[in-house]
Amino acid sequence: MAKSPETEHPVKAFGWAARDPSAHFSPFNFSRRATGERDVQVKVLYCGVCHSDLHMAKNEWGLTQYPIVPGHEITGIVTEVGNKVEKFKVGDKVGVGCMVGSCRECDQCTNDLENYCSNFILTYSSRYTDGTVTYGGYSDTIVADEHFVIRWPENLPLDAGAPLLCAGITTYSPLRYYGLDKPGLHIGVVGLGGLGHVAVKFAKAFGSKVTVISTSINKKKEAIERLGADSFLVSRDQEAMQAAVGTMDGIIDTVSVAHPLLPLINLLKPHSHLIMVGAAEKPLEVPMLPMIFGRKSVSGSGIGGLKETQEMVDFAAKHNIFADVEVIPMDYLNTAFERLEKSDVKYRFVIDVAKSLKTE
Amino acid sequence: MAGTENSQKSFGWAATDTSGLLFPFHFSRRENGSDDVTIKILYCGVCHSDLHSVKNEWGFTNYPIVPGHEIVGLVTKTGSDVKKFKVGDRVGVGVIVGSCKTCDICQQDLENYCPKVIFTYNSKDQDGTKTYGGYSDIIVVDQRFVLRIPDNLSSGACAPLLCAGITVYSPMKYYGMTEPGKHLGVAGLGGLGHVAVKFGKAFGLKVTVISTSPKKESEAINRLGADSFLVSSDPAQLKAAMGTMDFIIDTIAAVHPLAPLLGLLKMNGKLVTVGLPDKPLELPIFPLVLGRKLVGGSDIGGMKETQEMLDFCGKHNIIADIEMIRIDYINTAFERLAKSDVRYRFVIDVANTLASN
Repeated sequence: MAKSPETEHPVKAFGWAARDPSAHFSPFNFSRRATGERDVQVKVLYCGVCHSDLHMAKNEWGLTQYPIVPGHEITGIVTEVGNKVEKFKVGDKVGVGCMVGSCRECDQCTNDLENYCSNFILTYSSRYTDGTVTYGGYSDTIVADEHFVIRWPENLPLDAGAPLLCAGITTYSPLRYYGLDKPGLHIGVVGLGGLGHVAVKFAKAFGSKVTVISTSINKKKEAIERLGADSFLVSRDQEAMQAAVGTMDGIIDTVSVAHPLLPLINLLKPHSHLIMVGAAEKPLEVPMLPMIFGRKSVSGSGIGGLKETQEMVDFAAKHNIFADVEVIPMDYLNTAFERLEKSDVKYRFVIDVAKSLKTE
Repeated sequence: MAGTENSQKSFGWAATDTSGLLFPFHFSRRENGSDDVTIKILYCGVCHSDLHSVKNEWGFTNYPIVPGHEIVGLVTKTGSDVKKFKVGDRVGVGVIVGSCKTCDICQQDLENYCPKVIFTYNSKDQDGTKTYGGYSDIIVVDQRFVLRIPDNLSSGACAPLLCAGITVYSPMKYYGMTEPGKHLGVAGLGGLGHVAVKFGKAFGLKVTVISTSPKKESEAINRLGADSFLVSSDPAQLKAAMGTMDFIIDTIAAVHPLAPLLGLLKMNGKLVTVGLPDKPLELPIFPLVLGRKLVGGSDIGGMKETQEMLDFCGKHNIIADIEMIRIDYINTAFERLAKSDVRYRFVIDVANTLASN
């Protein structure tokens, strides 16, 4: 008979889980593995609430294993290390992001691209090498192989910095990969949510002019005055969109619902990329003639490897970049999800796990 | 009256309405200017774009239209400032005959992306007159847009390189598909596709042809030198080849599903579309995000790169596989082209079959 979540591992753990696609969360007793020789055990202090947590809790992608304990923007303190661990010691501040395992041998892994390994293991709702399901950071502790643990810079806040572990790397990686990290470029950022607002901050730190493209004029003041964007385009404003045709060196598109790509492709200069980091569920229409006549492309990017995630966190610390967050107690989670669905958050909820997660 | 704007008499075949049927047509060319080269046309390739244009399928045809942008001929006159060519030289003219020549884009040898680019046919020339293409006896072209044909390449069979050749060569260079040992998929085996296979092999790539038509397998492997052949309508074959290709050159001009092709790409793989579907394609986003894959477009190439491509063909003995036709066969050729019934490009024997009345 299969062991229950509570008994499958030796170390008691407690968190909040959803049991079915209603995505209603409630307290959940489970267990973590003993700290293996290369493992790091972390007391979770904060965990960001990523939109993917919502998609997964509702099983929108068909990948969910219930009960699900989401959370892959985790910061905390090391409480135990395995005897072969070299990078960390007890008391260190660390982060754990979207992945906790990969094959470590394939071309992708050996090139520090663990996120593109065909056998990657996600921080939650994935099957670990011991056959058990992984549980994420809406919980009191987590145990992870040191390779997948991030050193946390001293000056980076643990609460507002937590979203960097997913939103941060998701936007940083394509800006670097597509050469959009050089000063003087004009970068478009579509969508101003968790991903979008961090993309603006990174692009500004790289020395770019940044235009936010949004469906809603309401976000303009924030975008310009608080986040430092240089300009703001309302995508429904045809005249403004027309005036901006062919002006952008690259666009990071963070929108995960279906939306027209042609107006965005037209904003690109020739030989430039529209990079999707939000993942719409259904295929989008792409008109090929403008792409052919302008040698433009649509591509995607998903998080980043561990080496790059560490580099991103260190870059963020150096440039004082962290997310704009609303810190919430664990028992606010269900309300937070309702608000997240309506994009009613500026711009990430972060659960104060250590202070608010009470075992029953 | 259309076609009498200039002073040099010229004769060709033109379409005058959306039926796309071509008939003999008298028109005129400009006098040879100081930068110009006058060319007696020997051969002209029949590109699928010619068919789209004569039927106004893209909506911007200005009738009457003399198509043809895969032209090989002999220089009969050179302007006073022309140093690159002399009378008697064997030369080519491709898809473009003009650009502003001064903007940043032109200065980077990317004339095909210049906002003021002038196409070989159906475009407005610098003097305001309409351009007419290679289904005709002569053409007058600015020397910058004239290409040297390598001596060892036969004129008729190298004509298609001037559009089909550069159309696949340019993205293969731009997207790095030239590293020996990498795996290239070529989707569609027509005028563009068969040249892509030849270039792929010349670059040292492993080449798989992806086609809906199993009948093309023997040709692809035995004649064109492809390493393997995949029938894209066969789910088992698609599944077996998932995640195996570094690049795909997609030459399919009709609307077609991208999802199966994206599945064939490795992580970080790139699919470049060079066929011109007239409606948008459906693009699934998940595979792009999860695999950092790219879907891009590419459009011919600049003059420097087109010459480089021709020289590459000269070095590797690459020519197109053609069916030579008389000019008066052109309407039948278009019917067959619409059904992809050609291996793999028609080429009009202009000099021997185009007789003015």
